[in-house]
Amino acid sequence: MNLLAALAVALIALRVNALRSFLAILGVIFGVAAVITTVSLAQGARDAVESRISALGASTLNITAGSRSRGGRQGGAGSGTPFSDADINALRTELDFIAAASGLVQSNVTAVVDGANWPTQMIGANAEYMDVRDWSLSEGRMFTEAETQRAARVAVIGQTTARELFPGGGAVGASVRVNSQPFDIIGVLGDLGAGAFGQDQNDVLLAPVTTVRSRVTGFSRAGVRDPVQQVWVKVAPGFDMELATLELEDYLRVRRNVAPGAQDNFSIRNFADLIRAFNETQRVLGLLLASAGLITLLVGGIGIMNVMLVSVTERTREIGLRLAVGARRRDIRNQFLIESVVLCSAGGVIGLGVGIAVARGIEAFGPAMGLTGLAVSVDPSVALIAIGAAAGVGVLFGFYPAVRASRLDPIEALRHE
Amino acid sequence: MSAPLIRARGLTRVYKLGGGDVHALRGVDLDIERGEYCAIMGASGSGKSTFMNLLGALDRPSAGELVVDGEPLQDKRPDELARFRNRSVGFVFQQFNLLPRTTALDNVALPLLYRGWSLSKRRERAEVCLRMVGLADRMDHHPSQLSGGQQQRVAIARALAGEPAILLADEPTGALDSQTSEDVMDIFDRLNTEGITLIIVTHEADVGARARRQITFRDGLIVEDAR
Ligand SMILES: Nc1ncnc2c1ncn2[C@@H]1O[C@H](COP(=O)(O)OP(=O)(O)OP(=O)(O)O)[C@@H](O)[C@H]1O
Ligand SMILES: [Mg+2]
Repeated sequence: MNLLAALAVALIALRVNALRSFLAILGVIFGVAAVITTVSLAQGARDAVESRISALGASTLNITAGSRSRGGRQGGAGSGTPFSDADINALRTELDFIAAASGLVQSNVTAVVDGANWPTQMIGANAEYMDVRDWSLSEGRMFTEAETQRAARVAVIGQTTARELFPGGGAVGASVRVNSQPFDIIGVLGDLGAGAFGQDQNDVLLAPVTTVRSRVTGFSRAGVRDPVQQVWVKVAPGFDMELATLELEDYLRVRRNVAPGAQDNFSIRNFADLIRAFNETQRVLGLLLASAGLITLLVGGIGIMNVMLVSVTERTREIGLRLAVGARRRDIRNQFLIESVVLCSAGGVIGLGVGIAVARGIEAFGPAMGLTGLAVSVDPSVALIAIGAAAGVGVLFGFYPAVRASRLDPIEALRHE
Repeated sequence: MSAPLIRARGLTRVYKLGGGDVHALRGVDLDIERGEYCAIMGASGSGKSTFMNLLGALDRPSAGELVVDGEPLQDKRPDELARFRNRSVGFVFQQFNLLPRTTALDNVALPLLYRGWSLSKRRERAEVCLRMVGLADRMDHHPSQLSGGQQQRVAIARALAGEPAILLADEPTGALDSQTSEDVMDIFDRLNTEGITLIIVTHEADVGARARRQITFRDGLIVEDAR
């Protein structure tokens, strides 16, 4: 008996008991839907993180003073010496694989416009910071390096901050006061989206590092002129990141007088790695949820087995007749196996639809229920695997009823009432 | 003379039951030639159906030898028996045993499914067989839309579909009234004159009288064999 003929027989048998067939596959539908929903949400979260990584620039490195291995600033003479504007200049001019470099100081401040207050984050940086971060402007201009050199009181404002301080628009050309110091707003940043860890990057005030250091934070360290909290560099396109990191480390060890064999007194972080590590925990959670769905699928398989057993009993005479006219045992077995697989695959397809619908529903209505940062991504391979798993459940749980059917004695089966 | 179409020697069938064994056949010896028309008669419980089931390879003997159409059935594996049922014999049951919700045409075509034929080829052959039993105009009817006699004729057509050498019928008129019985028996008579070997179990004397050989069973043995 060929597969097509067997499939036709199975479809007819299933259609005769359409309602029962449907009830039988509910468990499979729920199982597949659960797997698809959870995996799609987890995948969506992963995709979102990946896109944040690329938004951050896979070629961006962040350097801070102090040893990384001790988890914080290391004690001991000079180990925590902060970087300075001079270091930024040196990196920019002496290492040709560095495409852009900027120092950074940051501070939580209250921005004031005409008596309206807004708590925000102030970032002091060099003009090249825009290049390092791949940020763009939606309005106005970025401050220049010349303005940085003379500590001009100019600022570029993030979109959220602009919206809060200037609900009616017109931020560019206006003035904002921080620490009683007026800053002229010369530009508005483009939409920066969520940060690597989901924070709002648009709530920011960007100004020359020199100005912020002298007028806002007052950040200084004994013995170091023009200190910065962090150094950001962008590695030239096409240059290998690992090599860049190694060369940068060698260069900085010499520049910062680290004795051979001693630990670095600075740390270089590749943000992509950092975010991926953070994301790993999410992946584990997703796997747990998906396995809960798989267990549901297996439980659904018991429902399939039950219905197939009932079906075999009901159709005992039919089986007897088929055996009497020449069906081999394996023909009967395959007929019921195919029936079970068709049933489960149908459950898989329906479950896929339900799962995608639920995932999309969560995506659409999640924000209204206070769940932010949700994204859904249906991977075609996951869809195929889910349907394949459903079909596998059909084989697994259809096997026993099918073998039972094939082992029937033709005469007893024909006599069955 | 060539070997007989059916040859039974010491054919025995014992049903094992909890309360003791039932000896349904106790060593039957019988030869049937190609083209014969036999009626098997005898009291209820004498072993007629048991014998027919062995001939049709629906059951296996407990002991003895049974060669049908050149095949020694006593030592065949299940798949070989299935092949034999599919090709060498056609079985007609008292209860018709048609598949419900399936057209007459597809019921008749069923045995050919297990021969691996294509759908069009199966239906073509089934149509020929339905014509032979005079049901060309009922091909698309389901069993529930047919009379008892018509259903039995569909069953006969199904038994003929595989072009078997032997047609076995266990009380084929048992569920029919006398007029319909005659119609069905007319078909059997004609099939035999066309060359098929026919073995019919019956309780009815007039049905038995149509056959050219009457074999009578009693308590699992042949007690009379009249030509
Ligand atoms: N499956 C079975 N298990 C146990 N005993 C059986 C079985 N089938 C038949 N028998 C017994 O074997 C004997 C022969 O039965 P069989 O069905 O061959 O009789 P029969 O001649 O066909 O009778 P009837 O004319 O009533 O159909 C009977 O005593 C019956 O009870
Ligand atoms: Mg009987």
